[in-house]
Amino acid sequence: MKEQIKIRAKNLNFYYTDFLALSEVSLDFFPHQATALIGPSGCGKSTFLRCINRMNDLIPGVRVEGSLCLDGQDIYGPKVDVVEIRRRVGMVFQKPNPFPKTIFENVAYGLRVNGGRDREALSRRVEESLRLSALWDEVKDRLDQSALGLSGGQQQRLCIARALAVRPEVLLMDEPASALDPIATQKIEELIHELKKRFTIIIVTHSMQQAARVSDRTAFFYMGRLIEVGNTETIFTYPRHKQTEDYITGRFG
Amino acid sequence: MDLIEAALERRPENKEADGFRAPGMSRRKAVQAGMFGLFRAAALINGLALLVIVFFLLKNGAGSVTWEFLTEQPYDSMTRGGILPCIVGTLILGLGAMLVAFPLGVASAVFLSEYAAPGRAVRVIRLGINNLAGVPSVVFGLFGLAFFVTWCGFGVSILSGVLTLGLLSLPVIIGTAEEALRSVPQTYREASLGLGATKWQTISRVVLPAAVPGMLTGSILGLSRAAGETAAIMFTAAVFFSPRMPSGIFDQVMALPYHIYVLATAGTEIEKTRPLQYGTALVLICLVLGMNLAAIWYRARIQKRNQ
Ligand SMILES: Nc1ncnc2c1ncn2[C@@H]1O[C@H](COP(=O)(O)OP(=O)(O)O)[C@@H](O)[C@H]1O
Ligand SMILES: [Mg+2]
Repeated sequence: MKEQIKIRAKNLNFYYTDFLALSEVSLDFFPHQATALIGPSGCGKSTFLRCINRMNDLIPGVRVEGSLCLDGQDIYGPKVDVVEIRRRVGMVFQKPNPFPKTIFENVAYGLRVNGGRDREALSRRVEESLRLSALWDEVKDRLDQSALGLSGGQQQRLCIARALAVRPEVLLMDEPASALDPIATQKIEELIHELKKRFTIIIVTHSMQQAARVSDRTAFFYMGRLIEVGNTETIFTYPRHKQTEDYITGRFG
Repeated sequence: MDLIEAALERRPENKEADGFRAPGMSRRKAVQAGMFGLFRAAALINGLALLVIVFFLLKNGAGSVTWEFLTEQPYDSMTRGGILPCIVGTLILGLGAMLVAFPLGVASAVFLSEYAAPGRAVRVIRLGINNLAGVPSVVFGLFGLAFFVTWCGFGVSILSGVLTLGLLSLPVIIGTAEEALRSVPQTYREASLGLGATKWQTISRVVLPAAVPGMLTGSILGLSRAAGETAAIMFTAAVFFSPRMPSGIFDQVMALPYHIYVLATAGTEIEKTRPLQYGTALVLICLVLGMNLAAIWYRARIQKRNQ
């Protein structure tokens, strides 16, 4: 069973200087599944997500305790190459953030910084990624135009393509649809359904419906603690904890 | 209960609160109009000052700005002829100063705002830079004389002048470059690092390209300041009169601001050359305004492109 666990957090504590933002979080993620992280705002969902690709390293004064493993290898181990981790664990942010470059260069960026030079190979991979993110048909005729000219929903799918281009194993998504309209949101959700066949997906969302629609498993956080985790259906129909029940029925949050 | 309320009634701050009245509408409007007028007057005085200066220079100097004035050398003890060597000298000094200060300033800014861990060391360096900005230019001139001209043995030369001017405009350039770096959204950096880019790749491929327009604009403003500088070049690069164009970085040059200074204070015929002085000043101010306008135009164009 152990080799089936993609990411395993064990007694994870996280501090912003003196503030304990995550406390004793133990949580496993499995390949080819989408796991939703839910909970009221400020409960530590983003913090947890950003631990996985060590994005929190950018913030001065943070501290991590406990263990967090990717394929059994400690992400915070002393010999770990952070760049390598981030290549294997892609991230999509809350607001679409394409670079002020062309559509092609946005998708090719991760390949270029990893030494990709061959124009042929780059083009192939860019097309593959854009097809994966269901954007290819909309942009294939304007790959050399600025990515900033795309609509918000298209920009977010471009960011997904950009993350997919380096062929990550895990995809972290922090409220990827919160800045989008319902139709664009629906497209992203359909996309997640497709993507989870190939990747391990962890998605933070503040929408119960979205968690129910896209995820196989759901983890509920409250005030820096993991309250409960289980199959999405179980969590939504028979929550074991009162706090979970209160949150999913909209009594607070 | 009643006792408490009665007690509260008696408290002195309540009396004061009672006496406090919101001003009536007419009063609010009057204050509003008054403040608005004050600010408008302040803006007007600023704009007017520039207009008056330009008008004054045009009135007194436009007559002497001819094609010959712009394209010929001065002669007859600088009482006749043109100011071409001064224009060329000022352009060389200004551009040279930017060539020195821009890379150095941008590198410093990148170090300060992207690499260095925030803390005491950075605060001290910033303090130093800010103080450098407040040093009078004549002090830079004397420093240039002591250090570049004498100690380094560059002599009074373009090189010494360019280095002195570069040093003088460094704080401005570091300041605007840091501002430009700060205005690059943090999410660009996160997206880049998240794709497995190193810090240097992130800075060179995403952060700097996004910040360069702002940096260039700031530098052109620095350049226009350097071009108008007199005291800093007086002892380090400028020459009273030179019969030929400079041919290398160890030559001395004539420069517009210093030429005005010389004509107005030390010439043989100060009164007779008044029109030439105004003409030279007019050329200098046109040069500086032109540079500033170019910077503004460039920034507007980039902003429009990024929409
Ligand atoms: N950079 C930071 N410095 C200090 N505290 C932070 C920082 N980022 C987040 N926090 C705090 O950590 C807690 C968890 O935040 P976050 O993970 O963003 O919550 P969520 O994504 O669930 O809304 C919050 O109380 C927040 O105020
Ligand atoms: Mg969040």
